[in-house]
This record gives sequence, C-alpha cells and structure tokens, in this order.
Amino acid sequence: MTIEQLHGKLISKEIKVEELVHQYYEKIEAKDKDISAYISLCKDNAMKNAVLIQERINQNKDITPLTGIPMAIKDNMCTKDSKTTCGSKMLENFEPPYNATVVEKLESSGSILLGKLNMDEFAMGGSTENSAFKKTKNPYDLSRVPGGSSGGSAACVAADMAVFTLGSDTGGSIRQPASFCGVVGLKPTYGTISRYGLVAFASSLDQIGPITKTVTDAGLVLNATAGKDKYDSTSSERNIADYNEYLKKDIKNIKLAVPRQYLASGISAEVKDSILNAINEYEKMGIVCEYVDLKLADYAIAAYYIISSAEASSNLARYDGIKYGYHSENYTNLIELYKNSRSEGFGAEVKRRIMLGTYALSSGYYDAYYKKALQVRTLIKNEFDKIFETYDGIIGPTAPTTAYKIGEKSEDPLEMYLGDVYTVSVNIAGLPAISIPCGFDSHHLPVGLQIIGKAFDERKILQIAYAYEQQSSFQGLIKEAK
Amino acid sequence: MEYEVVIGLEIHVELATETKIFCDCTTAFGGEVNTHCCPICTGMPGTLPVMNEKVVEYAIRAGIALNCEIAHFSKMDRKNYFYPDLPKAYQVSQFDLPLCKNGYVDIEVDGKIKRIGITRIHMEEDAGKLIHDQWGTGSLIDYNRCGVPLIEIVSEPDIRSAEEAKAYVEKVRSIIQYIGASDCKMQEGSLRADVNLSVRPIGQEKFGTRTEMKNLNSFKSILRAAEHEQRRQISEIEHGNIIVQETRRWDDTKGKSYSMRSKEEAHDYRYFPEPDLVPIELTDEQISKIRKELPELPEDRVNKYINDYQLPEYDAKLLTVSKNISDFFEQAVTSGANPKKASNYIMGDLMKLMNQYDDEAIPFDGDKLAKLISLVEAGTISQNIASKVLSMMYETRKDPAAIVKEENLAVVNDESALSEMIENIIAQHTKSVNDYLGGNTKAIGFLIGQVMQKSKGKGNPQMISRLLEEKLNKLK
Ligand SMILES: [Zn+2]
Repeated sequence: MTIEQLHGKLISKEIKVEELVHQYYEKIEAKDKDISAYISLCKDNAMKNAVLIQERINQNKDITPLTGIPMAIKDNMCTKDSKTTCGSKMLENFEPPYNATVVEKLESSGSILLGKLNMDEFAMGGSTENSAFKKTKNPYDLSRVPGGSSGGSAACVAADMAVFTLGSDTGGSIRQPASFCGVVGLKPTYGTISRYGLVAFASSLDQIGPITKTVTDAGLVLNATAGKDKYDSTSSERNIADYNEYLKKDIKNIKLAVPRQYLASGISAEVKDSILNAINEYEKMGIVCEYVDLKLADYAIAAYYIISSAEASSNLARYDGIKYGYHSENYTNLIELYKNSRSEGFGAEVKRRIMLGTYALSSGYYDAYYKKALQVRTLIKNEFDKIFETYDGIIGPTAPTTAYKIGEKSEDPLEMYLGDVYTVSVNIAGLPAISIPCGFDSHHLPVGLQIIGKAFDERKILQIAYAYEQQSSFQGLIKEAK
Repeated sequence: MEYEVVIGLEIHVELATETKIFCDCTTAFGGEVNTHCCPICTGMPGTLPVMNEKVVEYAIRAGIALNCEIAHFSKMDRKNYFYPDLPKAYQVSQFDLPLCKNGYVDIEVDGKIKRIGITRIHMEEDAGKLIHDQWGTGSLIDYNRCGVPLIEIVSEPDIRSAEEAKAYVEKVRSIIQYIGASDCKMQEGSLRADVNLSVRPIGQEKFGTRTEMKNLNSFKSILRAAEHEQRRQISEIEHGNIIVQETRRWDDTKGKSYSMRSKEEAHDYRYFPEPDLVPIELTDEQISKIRKELPELPEDRVNKYINDYQLPEYDAKLLTVSKNISDFFEQAVTSGANPKKASNYIMGDLMKLMNQYDDEAIPFDGDKLAKLISLVEAGTISQNIASKVLSMMYETRKDPAAIVKEENLAVVNDESALSEMIENIIAQHTKSVNDYLGGNTKAIGFLIGQVMQKSKGKGNPQMISRLLEEKLNKLK
C-alpha cells in the first residue's frame, strides 16, 4: 500500500500504528532473508515509537501525511547512538553521536523508522555488490542486482518491506536502483534536502531523495524532508509548501525534450522500446516531445568520475583508524596505523576511487583533470539551461539496461561506470530528476523512465511523472514483485 | 663577503570570536581536554561546516587595517594531509582566492620608516593538540583547539634584518589588537609567526635558498631565531656548503635551530575548493560598512595624544605600540590623571615592570594609576615612594591608598622627628657640614639625601630642606 492509502486507514483508525509496524516486521522476517535489503533493524525503538505515534493520532495532534508510516533509510544517514555503517567494514561499529537532519525531520513527521538499508560501500557503485556485509537481491529476480548504490532502499520498497525509503544519489544512486526494482526514485535539486548527517561521498553531488511506490508518495516524502537547514550552508533557501501542487494540473502545454544521445549506442533494444513507448504515451496525451542534442553527455562520465573521486578522496581521508571506525591492530608506527587501517577497512572499489581522486588532485595533474572536469561541469550546466529555455522536461532512459546478474559486471569497473551514462550529468548540473517504471523487458524486469527538470522545478517533473503514471498500466507495479 | 638577509613572515592570529569558525563550540582558552568540541569540529562523518560570519568580519577588519584589497569573491579550500591532530584529514583554508591581498604596513626601525608589503591574508581553522601521555605509551589528542578561527598574514620578502622582523610583528600585532580582531596573546599562542629567511651577497638580485622556522611565539624568539639563522646560513655558505630548503625547529632555551624535514619530501596538499561551503561574496556596501565601523588605529591615537593631550611625539608613539598600554593610559587620563605624568609612570616604572615579569598587559586598571598620581600631587607620598607603591600595586593589584596605609608610607610631616634625624646627620657628617659652611652650597644635597634615607624616603622633602638650612645657618 502507498503512503496515501495507509494514511487514510491510520486516520480512520482502521489500522493501528503498532499493528502496521508489526506487519512490516513480519514481512521483513519473511522476505529479507532472500532479499537482504536491511543491514540493521531497530524494532524495539520502532514499537515504542508506534505507541507514541498512535497516541498522537488518537489525540489528533501534529498529524502529517507521514504520521505512523513505517519507513527505512539508507545506512549512510546518521542515526544517533545506532549503527551507521555506510556498507563498510570501516564503520561497521560506528554509532554517530547525532542525528542527520533528515532523520530529525522524519521523526517529527511521525513516521516510524524500521531499520537501515544496505548500500554499496560509501555509496560507490551501481549494484550494491560493494557492500562489505551482504549482497542485496532484486525482488523481481533474486539472481540479479537491485542496482545501486541505494540498492537496499529500492529493493526494500519493491518488496514492500517499508512503505517508503530514503536513498542518496551522487551519480544516479537513487534513480538507477529505482529503475532496476520498478519503483519511483526522486533525486531532488542539489540543496533541496539537507545533507547534514549524510556521510559524504562527493559533497558537491550528493543529494538525499525518496524511493516510493508512487509519484504522489515521492512528493509527500519530499514535503517532509526538504528545506533550508542552518547546519548545511549548501541547502537552498527556497521554500516550497507542497511539491505535489501541480500533480493534477493540466499537462497540455508541457513540452518535453528527448536527447538523441540517450537513445543512441549503448542502450539495450528492449529498454529503448519501452522508452519509445513512453514517449508515445506522452504524445497521445497531447504533449509535444521533440528530439534535441545533448552533445556533452559523452563527457559527463569522465567529468563525474574525476569530480566525485576527487571529493571522495578528501571526504574519506578522515577514516584513519584513530578516532572511530576500523582500527588495525597491526602497526608499529603512525604511518603503518594509517595504511593498515585504511587498507584493511576499505573495500576495493572505495580504494580505487580514493586513488583516482588523489591522483586527479595531485600537483601537476590538477589542471589536466580536476580543473578540466570543473570546466566541463559548467558547460554541461549551460547545455541543460539552454534546453530548459524551450522545454519543461527532458525524458529518456534511467539506465541503459535492466537489472543484470549478480557478479556479471563486478569484475569490470569501467563497464559498471558506463551504466551511469544517463544519470551522472543530472548530478553534475545539480538538477532534479525522477525515475518511474515504464515497462518490462522480456525477462519481466522493470525498465525506468527518467524525467529531468529545471533546478528547483520538482513540482513540474512530479506533474509530468504523475501524468504518465495515471495513464500507464505500471501503477502499483510492486504487487508483481516476488 | 658582505651578506644581506631576506625575511618574509607568516603570522597566524587567532581571532577573538566567541565561537569556532564552523560550529557553536567556545573558543575559550584552557578548559578540560576535549570539552570544547562537538561532532562538527571533530569531523564526525556526515557533519558539515557553516561559516561563522564574525570570522569573515574580523578578517576583513584586519585586511582594511593592513591596507589590503578586500576580495568581492573568495572561497574556502581544503588542504589535505594526514596528521592525528587534524580530525578531517584536511584543513579548511584559502588557497588561490584569499579574502585580502596586496596590503602593507609601515614600520619604524632606528627612526627610519619602512614599508613592508603584505601579500595576502586568509582565513583558516586551527588544528588540535597532541599530548604525550604520562605513561609514555603513545600520544593523546585534545581537540579543543580544532576549528578555532585563524587568519594567516603573509608578508612580502621585504624584511632585511631581525630587528625589522620584530618591528613588523609588533606593528601587525598592535594593529590587530586595536581593531579588536584578536587579543594576540603570544603566551597563549594566539599570535605565532613563521620566519622564512635566506641570505644573499649584497648586490645580488636573486634570492638565496630559504629555510622556514615555524611557530615562534615571542618577540624575543623571533629576534633570536632570525639572528641565529642568518649567522648559520652565512657560515654554511662561507664553509662552501649549500643551504637546503627545509623547515627548522627553533629551540628557544638552547638558542639553536634543528632541521625538521626538507621540503622535497613535503606534502602535496592537493588543495581544491571546499564543496561544503558556499563562496564568500561581498558587496561594496558590506565592505565599506566594516571600514566605517573600524575601531581607532594606533596612528589615530598618536595624533590624539599629541594634539589633545599635548604629549611629545616620542611618548605618543611609545604609548600606542601596544593597545593594552594605550587603553591603560586612556583609562588613567579619563580618571583624571595628568597625561604627561601618567605617560612618565607608564614609560618608566610600568614598562620596566612589564619587562621584568614578561607581561603583555599591566595587571591593574588605569584608574589606579590616576589615584597614585593624585596621592603624589596631594603630597601624601613622595615621588620616590610612588615608585615603590607602583611596584607593590603591580604585584598585589591593591589600591594605592590601601598600600600607603598598610605599609605606613605616607610622608612624615612631623617636624620634631625630622629635626632629630637632621641633628644626628649633622653630627655624623662633619666633612659635608664644613664644606657647606665653607661656601660649597651643593653639599646640602648630600645631607638631604642622608636624612631622606634615614626617614626611609618618607620625609617631606620641602620640610627637610628648610629645617636643614635653618640648622646649618645656625652653625655659621
Ligand atoms: Zn564544535
């Protein structure tokens, strides 16, 4: 069931919060041994909160659309005094002394945190295979990956082990797993949701966002989590009261752009067909869809991997085995303590990115790599701006393929990186984008449609997404997941 | 061969904000270890910095007072390196776009004015402190200093002697104190200097290879370290050795410097823009508002002292070198002291005492000096006793009147007691008495001195000299 539907039942007292939370833990117990979406559960706390929240509902006090709704978050958002691992051995036993701003906001909305979700280590990866703890399976086919890095968050919603979840998206980490798992994933404009308490991967690209069953739910979660935060100077001052404001507005005047480059080489034929069908559906609604050029798309991946790795190399330097986290027992001096703690505590992909980023920032290479990448970033932004002068949104695939087999790409990082081709430029430009289900391939694996909007134009992309969702037969897709 | 020394200085000043640069923790000095910190300043995963606006304001004040251009656009950068006192493994600092640049300050050495260029002033955060534990098994870390705001003031290599270096630091320190950006307490480390020094044969244009001595925290050590390093480099060159570019540690107790590490193996700091902070953008209005509200600078006070208080230029300049002293002087004057008299006490007795105790400030307020001066003016104590009272005030911080009372230092106006003393002195010093009677009137000075001594300095000098003259004239 969706947030909307459950909210109705909770308010009408058709169901009690404790029962609902209890049901979700039963589902988790039944399904998660196969899916492995959760890293940790906080059942005691959740049951305790359920009683308190029921009290709120009984007294009709401080009720929000999320009150009493069971949810879960990616394990890179800090929860006070409870483990926040980032999918890494490095932080296996790390208990932050504070709550992330989103955690505080969700708490005050009255939603109930069930547990924390698996992810690629430090959000680096596209399959959740890089978690130090477990491999999450795609609920549509347990031999396949759920996508990543928010694979746990997407699989969790797809298998209905939480009503909604939060993920984080640095280069596609919400949208791509949402696409692989047949759910809705929204990456808001950079600065929409506070990053305070989100363990940083690449600070200038990271953004928290909801993964939900429907477009409406995504807007509801955004309403509860967005807003200026005095602890995050990069958070936006913009104050949008209701992100779902445009959902039911007339869509006729909307113009959509389809980048030719997004349907050219590298895309699987079946994904392409689904996207072309979606375009067709939009045209049937009377929406103009026109092909455009997004020439710099080719450079986006290179720029993305340089910028994100450079920032990551610095952000992850604090894990040195001294203050918290993994501490090697094997050392005789300070340098060895650093080296061994980091060598033993980080996984291969994280080390690869740290090395890449360190290299890109080194003197003598800075101008050729990092500085160039920043220049490309500006050009990509400009190219998007240009398109948005004429169009309200850009549509295309979220990922070039559907979910692949576990282990299929884990030996080839470069091929894995190419899977981000349609998503990274959105982060580079700081734009909002949503992935919604738009069909299945011949293996009955979901395909995701990506809709990119102008900065801070979440309301419009939600409107565009909602229009498709209402027309299509993929609404409530989740029921079909195993 | 004759050599010339070339010095450039980097001065780190801790700003006087109440809270740290990126969080709400206090910047107070001291405090139990690891009590002035929070998840933000200890770099916990997921935390973010938020710029303390007061830091920017103080840094702009410093820039204006040191005649810099203030950037309308500047940004923070990360300086990456591993060290246990740096919890994020990067220091947030400024790299290519500092807040202030192209300034200068005029210094005076041997009566000559010289202009020293200031390359840049940038903002940054301080690191923590390593404490070697009492069991000797390792090091412990105190994060209280982490995130304390600093500015770094980088000079041009315009300085040509150790004395100039000292004068430059004194001048910068005084200006920073005046504008209220820092207390500049060197003993607490809120001002420390790195000395970059090289030598070259006179007439040679190319700079020699330089060495750097870090964290000098007293004028004396700056002076001595620079003098020593200059001699060391010249001697190396004269022995046919080459100077290695390196960081040297100055040991002030031994009066020697030691090689720490050479720059070749120094870090590549991999600076890049700090993505967690937004750039600092300033309008002309914002900058000129700070300029208008800038507190009085030393030059302003010099003019005021000369014109309003009729002090000699020498006094005005000396009194304004340190803001502490200048503030003290102004308190004394506001409390009614005659400016010249107050100036004399400060430049004489008080500066001597400050030197003796190695203090940066006078430990009592200026109104107490005004009280002391009024005791002298009223004839309650003598000039000599006043000096004695002053040093007791310095030690005990007590009120001068209380000291005079407790120590029984008031002038003796008792004619019969003084007469008795005078008669004794006349009896003991027959030679001087005869000299006087023989026409050498100067001899009376000696006799007055003897009586004064006998009265432990408390005798009313006018009364002594009148009585003595009367008694001597009777012997004629
Ligand atoms: Zn703090």
